[in-house]
Amino acid sequence: MDNGAGLQTREMLLNVGPAHPAMHGIIRIVTKLDGERVTDVDVEIGYLHRGFEKMSETVDYNGVIPYTDRLNYVSPLINNMGYCMAVEKLLGISVPERCHYIRVIVSEISRITDHLTCVGASAMELGAFTVFLYMIKAREYLWELVEMVTGARLTVSYCRVGGVKGDLPEGFAARCKFALQETRKVLAESHALLTRNRIFVDRMSGTGTISAEDAISYGITGPFLRATGAAYDVRKDCPYSVYDRLDFDVPVGTRGDNYDRYLVRMEEMEQSMRIIELALRDIPPGPVQTNPETGRPIPAAEMVDEGKVGNIVAIAGVRAVTDPTLEGSGKPHHPAIAADEKRVFLPSKEDTYGNIEGLMQHFKLVMHGHGIRPPKGEVYFPVEGANGELGFYIVSDGADKPYRVRVRPPCFAIMSALPKLLIGDLVADLIPTFGSVNMIGGELDR
Amino acid sequence: MHAQAGFLTSRIEEAIGWARKYSIFQYPFVTACCGMEYMATACSHYDVDRFGAGLPRFSPRQADVLFVVGTISHKMAPILKRIYDQMAEPKWVVSFGVCTCTGGFYDNYATVMGIDTIMPVDVYIPGCPPRPEYVLDGLVKLQAKIQKQHTTGERPAPEPRPECTT
Amino acid sequence: MTAADLIQAVRGRFPDAVIGSHDYRGDATVIIHSPPLLEVARTLKQDPAFRMNFLMDLTAVDYSAFGKKPDRAFFASSGVPVRPPPQIPDPEPWPGPPSPARFALVYHFFSSLRKHRIRMEVPVEEQEAELDSLTSLWPGADWLEREVWDMFGIRFRGHGNLKRILMYEEFSGHPLRKDYPVNKRQPLLGPVN
Ligand code: SF4
Repeated sequence: MDNGAGLQTREMLLNVGPAHPAMHGIIRIVTKLDGERVTDVDVEIGYLHRGFEKMSETVDYNGVIPYTDRLNYVSPLINNMGYCMAVEKLLGISVPERCHYIRVIVSEISRITDHLTCVGASAMELGAFTVFLYMIKAREYLWELVEMVTGARLTVSYCRVGGVKGDLPEGFAARCKFALQETRKVLAESHALLTRNRIFVDRMSGTGTISAEDAISYGITGPFLRATGAAYDVRKDCPYSVYDRLDFDVPVGTRGDNYDRYLVRMEEMEQSMRIIELALRDIPPGPVQTNPETGRPIPAAEMVDEGKVGNIVAIAGVRAVTDPTLEGSGKPHHPAIAADEKRVFLPSKEDTYGNIEGLMQHFKLVMHGHGIRPPKGEVYFPVEGANGELGFYIVSDGADKPYRVRVRPPCFAIMSALPKLLIGDLVADLIPTFGSVNMIGGELDR
Repeated sequence: MHAQAGFLTSRIEEAIGWARKYSIFQYPFVTACCGMEYMATACSHYDVDRFGAGLPRFSPRQADVLFVVGTISHKMAPILKRIYDQMAEPKWVVSFGVCTCTGGFYDNYATVMGIDTIMPVDVYIPGCPPRPEYVLDGLVKLQAKIQKQHTTGERPAPEPRPECTT
Repeated sequence: MTAADLIQAVRGRFPDAVIGSHDYRGDATVIIHSPPLLEVARTLKQDPAFRMNFLMDLTAVDYSAFGKKPDRAFFASSGVPVRPPPQIPDPEPWPGPPSPARFALVYHFFSSLRKHRIRMEVPVEEQEAELDSLTSLWPGADWLEREVWDMFGIRFRGHGNLKRILMYEEFSGHPLRKDYPVNKRQPLLGPVN
């Protein structure tokens, strides 16, 4: 090649990945460079293919839920919710109102953690390590909240087909308020550190640009699409659960570059917090928590032993004290968190240990070869994941295992447009552009 | 005289071991969900720097502990092996998360059933994902192992993989 | 448009191509022959009545084992099969797999302008498992079609770069086919276990 000044230049191949420090995720990008300009890009994925779809065909309907946690592992609660709502659509059942609100609250918490991780990690890759530490600190507050509700920090498996695992714990609203307050502080700090920071703005604005038409033709959804100005949000346009009752705005960008995506994500976190607060205000009251000291509590395991030796008179009519990990799933909570459908949802532990109907219902649901059996059919159900439309397509042949589970991974579409985003930019712009994609390996490669 | 020299070298070895265990340069080979907990451990809340392992090196040639964090698929295995081979001795391997210990619940066509089928492993940290406290515990165990190696002068062989009986 | 209207509109436009339709659980679904696939897709995208600007998803289903799973015996020794009655009442049952062909390609289209969705299914036999590629209409179809080739071994005419995407080149077979055993490993390194 001749660069005009009579000097010879030569195209260069640069391989980035699959294990590269500035790539939070394993992916291989082979770039062709002319000087510093990227002229061609080849993206190779699949390094984290774990056979989600095949595994789902081997376990029962509730058994898929742990696998869905590990799709987008930064916002597992949204995946849980999407999958469970898809199966509920297949079954034709609906869950109680309180359960809807709980799901909305936890999935918005998840959305915030996802955006925090995305913005924090991409800021770190541009050198703003402080922001990363701040954002992880905020995420830690939210994860403590998640742990309080679900018992786990990351791989939560909280939703069940036809409900959720347990009710919100006591004092949740207050803790939530505290966590949101801390998160707001962190966001304000991050705004101060980034939004008008010269280095950050220079590297982010005008790079990785895509137009709305192009984004749509690639099937891009979520914050990435909204940064281009197209205001498509599943929560607004195809409302599910109780999102149509909650008032929130959908932030949109104008230029579709990295900086707009950053701003959209920052604003979406604010909106998610608003949703959480509204949902906490509107949530129908749960059961009054009773003191287990009253009513002669017996630990569930002891109750079983008593029952085995035939001592049913002593245990008739008393309440079992359930395992601490099952907190919030006692008998009084059940009507609020589980669909009223015996063939789908496990009975409360008091029933399982306390009477034969409960025991049999439990048995019928958990025994190998029994379990939930939806009718034959196929459904597609989309929810708004942190990266865009997260859809589950499920085919059932009437057996206890799904015949086929397909997930529409939102970042797959974005990654397929990566060449389009990178070509023409400088090689250094690869880092902010890739960061703003928020590629999550588990979801991309499944 | 002779005994004196032996005493001295063993004291020096111990001192080196002590220095080494508190200056762990790790290479985080992060692939999947466990990486989120890895991040949480490395950041201010759990602060892995307290144990002298605060500086990740992203070049295998500068690292002495390989943290394998997250599921390893068959497509990824040759790359992992290559990184291991590029690391200079002495080197240790920590398998972080049950996926790297045994394959976890991804028992299918795509995944490696435990990285110890392709490389020796020094410390296993099970959990899906392990909580940050587990990780710190694993790190302390690794430090003890490093110290022991310098005290006894030999590197303890990696524990054999328990035979699968079914 | 409601699901029923959408189906009617597609049927009216392509009376010969559509071989079946249903709106089970409110999802508008049309089943079409494979030859006019490209034309139908183009109409769905460009016709002002549909304006399906998103190709949301493209996948396939291997129907070869549909309904053939043996009822599992209750206890291994008892030999009593578990055959529960139809569990959840279903007033309007699903009409069943789209056709006796082994595979069905499943396209999900969405219009962000009209806010409607449609599912299009295209049955394909194993022998001539080849279809027209939609990459000329939606560039996003590129990777989705590669994934279908990788996982099911269905080819796409006019794709241009049809190679494996999730698995590695050395891998033989297509893992999501029902006859591929779930834990048959083909490691590049280390033992087969
Ligand atoms: S051990 Fe669990 S959390 Fe860790 S990578 Fe494997 S599946 Fe993910």
